[in-house]
Amino acid sequence: MTEFFGMPITVIAGQTLLGLVNGCFYAVLSLGLAVIFGLLRIVNFAHGAFFMTGAFGAWMLHRYLGVGYWVCVILVPILVGALGAGFERTLLRKLRGLDPIYGLLLTFGLVLVLEGGFRLLFGSSGQPYPVPESLRGTVPLGFMVLPLYRVWVIVAALTCCLLSWWLIERTPLGATLRAATEKPTQTQAFGINVPMLLTLTYGVGIGLAAFAGVLAAPILHVNPAMGSNLVIVVFAIVVIGGMGSMVGSIVTALAIGVVEGWTRVFYSEASSTVIFVLMALVLLLRPRGLFGREGSA
Amino acid sequence: MKRFTLSPAAVRMLLWIVVAALVLVPWLPQLVYPVFVMRLLCLALFACAYNLLLGFGGIMSFGHAAFFGTAAYLSGLAVKNAGLTPEIGILLGTLGAALLGALIGALAIRRQGIYLAMVTLALAQMVYFLFLQLPFTGAEDGMQQIPRGHLFGLIDLRNDTALYYLVLTLTVGGLALIHRVVNSPFGHVIIAIREHEPRARSLGYPVDRYKLMLFVLSAALSGLAGSMKALVFQLAALTDVHWHLSGDVVLMALLGGMQSVLGPAIGAVIVVGLQHYLDAFGGWVTLVTGVIFMVCVMSFRSGIAGALKRPVDDTQAPTTPRHG
Repeated sequence: MTEFFGMPITVIAGQTLLGLVNGCFYAVLSLGLAVIFGLLRIVNFAHGAFFMTGAFGAWMLHRYLGVGYWVCVILVPILVGALGAGFERTLLRKLRGLDPIYGLLLTFGLVLVLEGGFRLLFGSSGQPYPVPESLRGTVPLGFMVLPLYRVWVIVAALTCCLLSWWLIERTPLGATLRAATEKPTQTQAFGINVPMLLTLTYGVGIGLAAFAGVLAAPILHVNPAMGSNLVIVVFAIVVIGGMGSMVGSIVTALAIGVVEGWTRVFYSEASSTVIFVLMALVLLLRPRGLFGREGSA
Repeated sequence: MKRFTLSPAAVRMLLWIVVAALVLVPWLPQLVYPVFVMRLLCLALFACAYNLLLGFGGIMSFGHAAFFGTAAYLSGLAVKNAGLTPEIGILLGTLGAALLGALIGALAIRRQGIYLAMVTLALAQMVYFLFLQLPFTGAEDGMQQIPRGHLFGLIDLRNDTALYYLVLTLTVGGLALIHRVVNSPFGHVIIAIREHEPRARSLGYPVDRYKLMLFVLSAALSGLAGSMKALVFQLAALTDVHWHLSGDVVLMALLGGMQSVLGPAIGAVIVVGLQHYLDAFGGWVTLVTGVIFMVCVMSFRSGIAGALKRPVDDTQAPTTPRHG
């Protein structure tokens, strides 16, 4: 009874939960990516780099100013989000109307700048970030012992996703945002400051990435390459899920995290490639993605 | 203000001077190190092969290092582990890259524009993980001490000069092929597809087949470059399949000029030269590459070749890719 396909249930359950934690990071990142893409029509390559900046931000505030974790959870997303908004305002905006590929390229350049910059400052080895005092405990689940911090990550990420979904699908602000996505010029004619909306959206999307970065800081080692490795996986998830619906991208991200966890149990050599294999399959069977709408290329 | 431009005749003249200079390189080792020039040649061919897809096909791949690196590893495998001669090694590397190009291309062209870029990036990352884990690649150490061997079993390639002329011949041959393809009827159909895909389709061209053929050709020539690189440095390493290299080759094409056949070669020389000289300063390479990338995208989108071209040509010059 404690075995499933020759694997102890506890191992499977453990990897399912760990996969879910990874899936949470995927979800928050792909959500931000989808929101930015929806409104700005830009694939934000720098999403992972801002995730890394968020983690480094928390680490630096802790190291040099002694700022606690809970302040960082609020403060870092705001700071990094402002940085992102500034980047949109000064550079990214000038590429509007051009082929979206240039947006991808510009943000790719930013990845190199941020990664290179942090590597110059702190080297490429990881920096440890302590788990906050209040989340150090564990939760006994009977079949396994779950660190409290992972529970917090899952709760925080899911709340964050839910909140974003509610904000965009159920509030007047969200309605404006969706209007600006569908018909930017018409929305502007109603007296809505669409360029400002774009800057804010980009800033919020980046803030989400930084939030995920702060969440990840105590789990992953804070290092310059942590973002880009993740963002490539998130790109694959976006291709699998399609950028058509928010719920779709969240569900896909969580599911992929779990599948990755299971692969680690049954055939660990494939755990880093399984997502890409899934992407290839989806491209073969349903090219527009699981939740993609017709015509969204 | 009059813009500094070059006439086609001047360009042709310059080209001959460059080729003559390249032929003389092994005789002037005190001036320039031949192995460094071989590196330049390999990456120049890689950049031009890549640009065949980006500049002329309007297809933005973000995973071309997969082809370069796969060919490098395959050549290494053939020459080192199977003891084959270098020309067979290069051939196998190129064919392997072409095959991989057919696989990745067939999947990638099911999407367009930025989605295609993401698909190629993700598939290339998969290739990266494969080479990280496969038993013969030496993981983080790379495949080292690949023997250069004897060309056709006769010419000893351990001699830098002999290898240099082989690399030069293959590079010039590859570039000539790219030039020929762009100016062939096939190339014109490709440009027609880039400019207006539905129209090309309505004229009866099998658009997907053309795109795939272009993808395979670009991958194969990238593979040729990768195979040569493996022989020159006797090393195939993870940096050859890493997304950093995929990004570098995009930068080479962008900086050199996507609208020209040989422009990306100029971009390759600048990028490789820069990385070579910045290497001494430690971590600055990535940062500076990123800054150049951003400056190019913001204000130098036509690239060096585009800036030097006569405005008259602009009517024929292909515009930027339009997808997404």
